[in-house]
Parts: sequence; structure tokens; C-alpha cells
Amino acid sequence: MNPLDVPPDPAVPFRPSSGQRGTGFLTEPLRLGTTPSATVGPYLAIGLTWPDGEWAAAEGAEGGIWIRGRVLDGAGDVVPDAMIETWQADPDGGFASPEDPRGAASYPGFRGYARAQTLTGEFAVHTLKPGRVPDGEGGLQAPHIDVSVFARGILDRVVTRIYFADEAAANAEDVVLRSLPDDAARETLIAVPTEDGYRLDVRLQGDRETVFFAV
Amino acid sequence: MTGTTSAGGLHLPRYVREPAALRTPVGFPDYRSTALRAPLRTPVDLPHRLTEITGPVLGEDRVAPEDADLTLRNGGEAVGQRILVYGRVLDSDGRPVPDALVEVWQANAAGRYRHVVDNWPAPLDPHFDGLGRVVTDSLGRYEFMTIKPGAYPWGNHHNAWRPAHIHFSLFGRAFTQRLVTQMYFPDDPLFGQDPIYNAIPPAARHRAVSRYSLERTQDNWALAFEWDIVLRGTEQTPFETDDDGDVA
Repeated sequence: MNPLDVPPDPAVPFRPSSGQRGTGFLTEPLRLGTTPSATVGPYLAIGLTWPDGEWAAAEGAEGGIWIRGRVLDGAGDVVPDAMIETWQADPDGGFASPEDPRGAASYPGFRGYARAQTLTGEFAVHTLKPGRVPDGEGGLQAPHIDVSVFARGILDRVVTRIYFADEAAANAEDVVLRSLPDDAARETLIAVPTEDGYRLDVRLQGDRETVFFAV
Repeated sequence: MTGTTSAGGLHLPRYVREPAALRTPVGFPDYRSTALRAPLRTPVDLPHRLTEITGPVLGEDRVAPEDADLTLRNGGEAVGQRILVYGRVLDSDGRPVPDALVEVWQANAAGRYRHVVDNWPAPLDPHFDGLGRVVTDSLGRYEFMTIKPGAYPWGNHHNAWRPAHIHFSLFGRAFTQRLVTQMYFPDDPLFGQDPIYNAIPPAARHRAVSRYSLERTQDNWALAFEWDIVLRGTEQTPFETDDDGDVA
């Protein structure tokens, strides 16, 4: 065939038969499928152990508190191969993250993130009590910490929050706590004061199952 | 994606979730360990606010150059088939995720983990710890040199063997992007009877399986497998503010 032998134009102009084909435009945003999650398995200590994991606030940081608790299964037994991770604002309500549209905050001796395992039967995180953060609905959220829980037997991390029992007034205004059905549900998120900080158990199942969030 | 401030207010991204039909469920009955551990109540929807759209920055200071080569530990060479595992970390909008900490852990060539709980009688390898860490480059790329992990029995059911896999942990840029997952190898004959693999909805399973890469296989040295990891992408939604544009 002679490549210069151009065929005549068709009598009818070309019209794509559907929006999906031939227009050169995508009709929906391009999306890649996300990678599916999987259980962290029983051997998470190999890959996810850090010597400084539990120190969201450095040792000796002013106002440092310990948040301790257990992770319990549906039989009420301690889960010794779980890991929790916490993420939170600093005492001024800022985040040590470039994604905070107000600008990344920095606070002396504080990184906002901790990772703790439950090998001893409980987790322990050294941190600072977070400040209040805008809720996007014209108010302020009560001081809170976002928590991820990972364990063998959980195929996708589960997410909860820690609030503080001695913040009753702020808790009463908090949009997330207010959205929960009853006080029993709210109770599962509220850490109680102890000698050196706060305590909150995470119950994966059962009558007092912790409220978990879809994020 | 970073939110923006302007006279009009503060806008926060919303991280889009994969439809439930394509996500791994938290619990899966054939995987026995879920019975007492996977929460039974429906999770409460948590709209994304500042805590959810921000996340820890965990980069270079977590990683040493030798962490990218799992085959050379404790003064010697690990036993097994060397493989290069590489790929990109992207979000579902197709944007690379640079400077992201990628942590991996795995069994050795005989299918045994260096962990006190793993006591099935396969040999430990003094030169294999099974731990690797790297940070993605400016294009979201990562790579590890490692040993192909073996399959191992795990007692979930009669004759239960886990397909060969490498555990991966990633943070992304926001709390909502946090991902712990497992990478599998193509055409593993053990997929059919593995409840952890089969908990992934069928249409998404291929995303957990790496691709044999002839182009990166190293002559006389190592096979190569490519695996791209996709974290959740974003959608911009307005964040209400007061009249001054300050966050209320």
C-alpha cells in the first residue's frame, strides 16, 4: 500500500459511539485501585520494633504523661501480640505535619506519633496531652488522640480515639463524642487519670466493645 | 495533598476509601484468629478532620543504607534465592508518595521467622534477620535486595501453609493512608487454600501479587519482582470557617 494514498473523508463525520471511547477524554477521574490491607501477623516485632517507639514526647519533656492500657479479645483475654499507634496534636493544637493547612507545628521534644506493642500485656505511650483542634463545624474538638490497632487476626487496622475523663466540658461539646449513640459507647473512648497519666483498655469485642471508626 | 488556606476559608482533602466490595474485611471466618479479635459492631463513620488528614513524618532518620539489603547480616550471606523487590508508592490519584518510610519483614528461605513464637522445625539462618527499611525517593520508588521467603505451616486448618509473602508497612502522608499489607509472588500454588489471601475480594487480589520482572533481574545474581503500592488518594472538600477566613 502506498502510504501517501490517503483515503477520502467518510461521507458522515466520525462520531464516537459512547463517551468511553474515541473522544480522547476520560469521563471519570483516573483512579488506581488501592493495595488491599492484610494482617500484621504474629511476627510484627521483627519489622515494627523501634527503640524509641513509645516516646511521642521525649523522656523528660515538660508535661509528659504515660497512657497505658490493655488490648482485650472477645473472651476478655489480653492480646499480647497487638500493636497500637497514636497520632495527635501538640498542647497548642498543632500537628507536626506538613499536611496541616495551618502550617506544620513544632513543639519542643514532641513528634505526635507513638508505636507501642503489648508484649507485656499492656501498651504504654509517653506523650503530652493534646490541645483542642478545630472541628470544621464552627467549634473545637475535645483533646483527643487517634489510635490504630493492629494484631494477628485483624485483617485491616481498626481505628479508635482516646479522650480524657478530666475534660468533661470539652467532651460534652465534641462533635465525635456527641455523634455516638449513648454514654456507654462514649465511655469506651475516655481514658481515666492515673498516678502518672491515663489508662484506657481497648476491647476488640464483647459487651463493652470499644467504639471503632471508619476513616 | 495539602489543604489550602485562603480568604474563602480552609479546605481539607478527604481521603477516598475503596468501595467495601474491594477492601479486605477486618474479619474473615475462615481465618480462625479473627473469631475473638475482629470487632463485631459496625464502625462509626468519622468525617476527616485535621487529625485524620495529617500524619507523622518518618523518613531518613529511621533508615541506614544497609537496611535495604536483607541478604547481608551478621557478617555473612543469607541462604536462599536472592531477589530484588522494587516498585513505587503511589496514591490512587496516581501521584508518587516521596520520602515515605517502607518497612518490611519476612520469613527466611526455609519459611521460618526469627521470632520467639515461631518454633516449627525449619532452620534459622544466622545471616538473615528478615527486617528491611527504606525511604521512597522523589518519584516514590523503593527497592530491597532480599531472599525469597519460603512457605510455612501455620495451623489454621489441616495442612495449612502460608503462600510465600513479604509483610509491608507504610505511613503515607496522613493518618488515613496508613497501610499494613503483604506482597505475594505470582502463580503461587498455595493461594487457593490460604484464608488470608482469600479474604481479599477476588477483584482486588491481583493488587497484592508482585510481577516477575525480567528487565530488572540481575545477570548471575538475583531474580526481580516488581510491586507497586497504592495508598488512598484525595478529594477536596470545604472546611467551614468564620467570616474572617480563620478556622472557627
